[in-house]
Amino acid sequence: MDGNIALSRRRFLVTGVTATGGLAVGLSALPQLGDAATVSATPWDDDGVAPHELDAWIAIEPDDSVLIRYQRAEMGQGSMTALVMCVAEELQCDWSKVRTEYASANRSVRENNVYGNQASVGSRTVRESHGLMQQIGANARERLIQAAASRLQVPAGELTAANSVVTHAKSGKTLRYGELVGDAAKIKLNKDVAIKPPEQYTLIGQPMKRVDVPAKVDGSAKYGIDTRVPDMVYAAVLACPVPGGKLANVDEAPISGARGVIKVVKLPNAVAVVADSYWRARQALAKLQPEWNTGADGNTDSAQFNAEYRAALDKPGAVARNDGDAGKAIAGAAIKLEAIYEVPYLAHATMEPLNATAHWQADRLDLWVGTQMANNTLKALVGIMRMKPEQVHVHNAFLGGGFGRRGGVDEGVQAAFVSKAVGKPVKLIWSREEDMRHDRYRPQAAIRFAAGLDPQGKPVALSARVAVGSLFRSNNMPQFVKNGVEGPAVDALATNPYDIANQRFEVHLKNTHIPVSFWRSVGASQNAFFLESFVDEMAHAAGKDPVAFRRALLGHRADWMKVLDTLAVKSDWGKKLAAGKGRGIAITECFGSVVGCVAEIDLTPQGKLKVERVVYAADSGHAVNPLTIQEQMEGGTIFGLTAALYGKITVKNGAIEQGNFDSYQMVRLAQAPKTEVHLALTGGKKWGGVGEPGTAPIAPAVANAIFAVSGKRVRSLPLMDQDLSYTRTASL
Amino acid sequence: MISLTVNGKSYQFDLEPETPLLWVLRDEIGLTGTKFGCGVAQCGACTVEIDGRAMRSCSAPIGALDGASIVTIEGLSADRSHPVQKAWIEEDVPQCGYCQSGQIMAVASFLKANPNPTDEEIDANITNICRCGTYERLRRGIHRAAALMKA
Repeated sequence: MDGNIALSRRRFLVTGVTATGGLAVGLSALPQLGDAATVSATPWDDDGVAPHELDAWIAIEPDDSVLIRYQRAEMGQGSMTALVMCVAEELQCDWSKVRTEYASANRSVRENNVYGNQASVGSRTVRESHGLMQQIGANARERLIQAAASRLQVPAGELTAANSVVTHAKSGKTLRYGELVGDAAKIKLNKDVAIKPPEQYTLIGQPMKRVDVPAKVDGSAKYGIDTRVPDMVYAAVLACPVPGGKLANVDEAPISGARGVIKVVKLPNAVAVVADSYWRARQALAKLQPEWNTGADGNTDSAQFNAEYRAALDKPGAVARNDGDAGKAIAGAAIKLEAIYEVPYLAHATMEPLNATAHWQADRLDLWVGTQMANNTLKALVGIMRMKPEQVHVHNAFLGGGFGRRGGVDEGVQAAFVSKAVGKPVKLIWSREEDMRHDRYRPQAAIRFAAGLDPQGKPVALSARVAVGSLFRSNNMPQFVKNGVEGPAVDALATNPYDIANQRFEVHLKNTHIPVSFWRSVGASQNAFFLESFVDEMAHAAGKDPVAFRRALLGHRADWMKVLDTLAVKSDWGKKLAAGKGRGIAITECFGSVVGCVAEIDLTPQGKLKVERVVYAADSGHAVNPLTIQEQMEGGTIFGLTAALYGKITVKNGAIEQGNFDSYQMVRLAQAPKTEVHLALTGGKKWGGVGEPGTAPIAPAVANAIFAVSGKRVRSLPLMDQDLSYTRTASL
Repeated sequence: MISLTVNGKSYQFDLEPETPLLWVLRDEIGLTGTKFGCGVAQCGACTVEIDGRAMRSCSAPIGALDGASIVTIEGLSADRSHPVQKAWIEEDVPQCGYCQSGQIMAVASFLKANPNPTDEEIDANITNICRCGTYERLRRGIHRAAALMKA
């Protein structure tokens, strides 16, 4: 294992003051790797209350096994493990006896929003909830200690809690958590007890195996698509190929009397076939030829969109940042640069196509679905299905990928209406083609940069005008658009910390009928490519090394410098490579974390590209579980690399042209570079996200490496559409 | 009637012969560990072993499988003790995990024929898509599983 996070496993001497003032000294044994906490293979509960609950979050069985509920979503990002670690850190329970499951969104409705925000979006799960989870664990521990104090008739301050046992050192008496939970459940604290400062962590910060892995190697982990409920039937669905279009008519005759077919259900924009098996539903649906009303959108195509986005760059946009006078500074600069960059729409293409199983009854709706936001899904269904919040039960499953796509609503609403129409539980599954063609896409975008450097190559001004779809308008949240600007449009762009005195960024929020939404790393997915490629252009125009050029502009940001320097050292930056090989660097900040990478490539004069090695450095401030952070950076690399190499969703006659993985290619093992991840944590108050940022810097790093080898500047993605051939005389 | 042996148990089906094995496993038998990803043998999430060979079950019509013996992820071992499963746990390979049943079945079959694979052989033979991008760990897992098989 090369270049990985170096963390030794050792026993920690824990010294801390308990909430009641006593000094707690204990040797806390770190769990062994084999002694992992687990998650139920069926991760949802059916809204029942577990026996032996301490509260809505924690239950402790008589054998001391602990159930800790996880309120957000597990889509592979590992937060289910990280947040449960945060509780266990304070609860001082035996990690090998911990089990987790999803907290119920319905219970949260019934119990005064007890689980709070249940969304896993914006890389916020751990950084927003770690404190809450630590507090839940700390309060639980204190209640167990107080219960023991009254049982033993000793002051609480003389008791310590570790490994699921409360100990009275003076008398040598012990009580197990499982013996105390009943009494502890009756104890109410007047105020929260203190949580540990980071230097006292024993579990947080350790590379812990994920709780969900065992269930994911034997087929037992239940995803939404694996739901089976009694009397269930199956639905296949086809929506109007042109997003926003409506169903005009469908002739059911071609499947009349077909084996297993139960009903054709007409939805406003789609047709669903219900049958006794999914295969029969799918086969029958393929025989239908629905007629659609697509309106003028049915005449649009990508060439037209490309021209429109480019044309928008000629008009002034809404101002997102305006430092000094960039226009004037560029006009007077010794060295001037200008460039236009473009990127296409992208699909999420989660491995598990969207699906939902719904059981509609007059006074109750059950929905089994993998959703990134169980309580939002519930709320949306309440509105659309006109039910009371307590009547809607969302049973969240493992998500077969999320990446910003799984909100549970598009598929959940269809399933609910189809179930209502047939009066039975219905499992509705989108085909891969349906999933590809009815995504909410990463927006298409175009940008024009201009920059000015002084005669010594120091940048004096940077300006950019970007045209990009509004995610908030497309998601019916226009209130988040302020003065024509929204955060995602300029994240990792106008937010850059480069020490350039004059900077101006303008935005055109420009939508088409293609719905756009949050796609792993969101605005940074295109903006990091734009900005870090253009910064590379500036470095070369200045005649400077790209690392040295950035360092000179980042002296005031210790976290960026740490990431940059880590990259330079670990990637052997500056060390000569064989002909045809080269390195490129990129660094960005999004979702509270600074991430950078160096891509090492091989590029033949014929233009055949292979990304051979990728070195990542990341500063998320703190690390609850460094192992999952490493995994998220590794995965983010591949997600970003897939987009850089192949990602392109195009429109013809208003409809998405791509349908399956033959036309929307993915990086596979053969294209996956060797990847190293280094944490460059700066601690302090910073708690950054880790699920999304890793996706952002790989595209510009590869593009910059291509320039280093070939002298060709790539200003448009995907790379498979670019002519990367070159003559091997350029010595760059 | 079409007869299949799945994980050692015998089944008989009166279904359209073009029905893909994938949906028979998932919907008729209830073995949901085998996943639907693309339906056109592109992604490999549905990989199972048919008469000893790794195959993409979404594109294997049961009409052609009368009498075949099938092993799914649920039948690979009773207790996650297959070397590939052990290696996957040790290397913490899965993220969302949706593709991993197929990856594990493909690798288990591959290693039977190639007990000492090189990276090039792995690249040429393990072509399943992982959208989470677990390839770094997956590759390590394959080498570890190969080592465990010899142990």
